[in-house]
Parts: sequence; C-alpha cells; structure tokens
Amino acid sequence: MKATVHVMLKTGVLDPQGEAVRHALGALGFEGVNGVRQGKVIELDLADGTSEDDVKAMCDKLLANTVIESYRVDLS
Amino acid sequence: MKAAVVVFPGSNCDRDLAVAFKAAGADVTMVWHKDTDLPEGTDIVGVPGGFSFGDYLRCGAIAANSPICGAVKTHADRGGYVMGICNGFQVLTETGILPGALLRNAGLKYICKTVGLKVETSQSAYTEGYNAGDVIDVPIAHHDGNYFAEDNTLDRLEGEDRVVLRYTDNPNGSLRDIAGIVSDNRRVLGMMPHPERAADIGHGGTDGQALFRALAGQLTTA
Repeated sequence: MKATVHVMLKTGVLDPQGEAVRHALGALGFEGVNGVRQGKVIELDLADGTSEDDVKAMCDKLLANTVIESYRVDLS
Repeated sequence: MKAAVVVFPGSNCDRDLAVAFKAAGADVTMVWHKDTDLPEGTDIVGVPGGFSFGDYLRCGAIAANSPICGAVKTHADRGGYVMGICNGFQVLTETGILPGALLRNAGLKYICKTVGLKVETSQSAYTEGYNAGDVIDVPIAHHDGNYFAEDNTLDRLEGEDRVVLRYTDNPNGSLRDIAGIVSDNRRVLGMMPHPERAADIGHGGTDGQALFRALAGQLTTA
C-alpha cells in the first residue's frame, strides 16, 4: 500500500520560497498570480495493514515539524 | 568543566567548538551521533554547526532523532547545560528542547558575514561575561536562521528574559530580531551566530570569547 503525505507551511508562516516563485511567475508575464505557497510531497511505500494513525505518528515524529508545518495523509 | 561535543555526519564546526571549549579550560570529548550515552560527568553538551545529514527533510530533523539526542534530552531534562550553535540550534528546536523553529532566510540567500548582536541580558551562564546592552560582533553562516515562534511563545520568551541575543540589523527575517534564546531554566542556549568563530585573535575578532570563559567560570566552580 501507498501513502502520500503533503506537508505545507502553516497559514501565517512566511514562505519566502513561495514568494520568490510568485515574483518569478510575474516576471515571466503570468498575470493574476496572487499567491504561491510551496510545500513538499512525501510518498511512502508501506506494508499492508499500516494504519492512518501509524502514518500520522510518522508525520508528528519526523516528516513534519508541527510548530511550523501542517500535513495531510492520503492512503491508497 | 567537562564538555562533550556531538558530531553528526555533516557537522563542520565541531572541531572549532572543541577548540573554543579547550581554550576556556574545558576537557572536551567528541561524541558520535550513534552513541547512546554522554561521557560520565559531562557538564555541558555542545551541539555544533554544520549540515547534519545534509539538511535533508528539514535542517536538524534527522539529527534530532539520532540516538545521542535521546541522551542530550535526558541531560537537559536533568538540568544539564546544552549549547546549540547554528545547525545545533536547529537540532535543539527540532527535539523540542527549545521552542520555535528556524525557517529559510527571508531573503532566500545563504548569508556568511559578521553581524552585530546586542546582548539583551547578562542573566545566564553564557552571557554573564557581558553587560546587558553590549553590542558584539560575531559571524553568521546560515541559510535557515529565520527564527519563528507563535506570538504567545515570543511574548513568553521576552517576558521571562529568555531572548539573550538580538541582531542589531536583522539579516534573515527572524521575528523580533531574535538571534539566541535560553530554556526556562536558562541552562540550554540556542543561537544562530558562531561565537566559536570569534574566540581567538586569529579569527579576526574575539567577542565570542567571553561566552566560553563565563561558562567555564560557572561550571568549574559548580
């Protein structure tokens, strides 16, 4: 089974990389890009039977820093 | 004073920190990240700068979960002294020993230069060799030194006189110009600037020397 973890900086935490991407898109002539937030996607190849709670524990312990980041887990 | 300096794969300021501790009179032992115990009688643990585990995932995140960090946490919980510089500060926030987090610099660039730091308090074993209000010159060298914490955490740090160092000219976007903080028992220090790189006449500056000397004075008589 697979799990996909999306990690994003929390709302209110400055994302200078996203801001730089927004500026770059503007410089390329793409209009109307009001905001860019950059995060990361982590794909996990897991043993069958791994629960969503197990993956959440992985996120809390290592994959995300919940002081500054939020995460979402998709199991498939 | 018995100091232990933790070495992770990718640490690169470990020897500099050991030299600064030794110059202040400490016995220094280097401790490998796979070790599960600190040397008997360790007074202070130094968590050095560098790029532990290549900064993979987040700066300090993998190091914070290494075997030695369990021992560092136990040492801190027992009231032991711990000093994290640069990547070491990132490791200490990732372990939760110190509050907050270090984000990418607001200007996105890696910054390597000497900056002015205002000593906000002399009420710590690290800063008692300075006077509150002193401005010292210490180098920074980091890409992710932008200190972040929730407003209530920042208020608490300031209210408890735990912001020990502030940038005089904020280089990285750190909230409230924070360059260094201490734990609630004032024995754990985290700072992004490198005092061990301003601790010898050959470094071009010695403003960091007083930090190590004060620490040695405190821990030798203890």
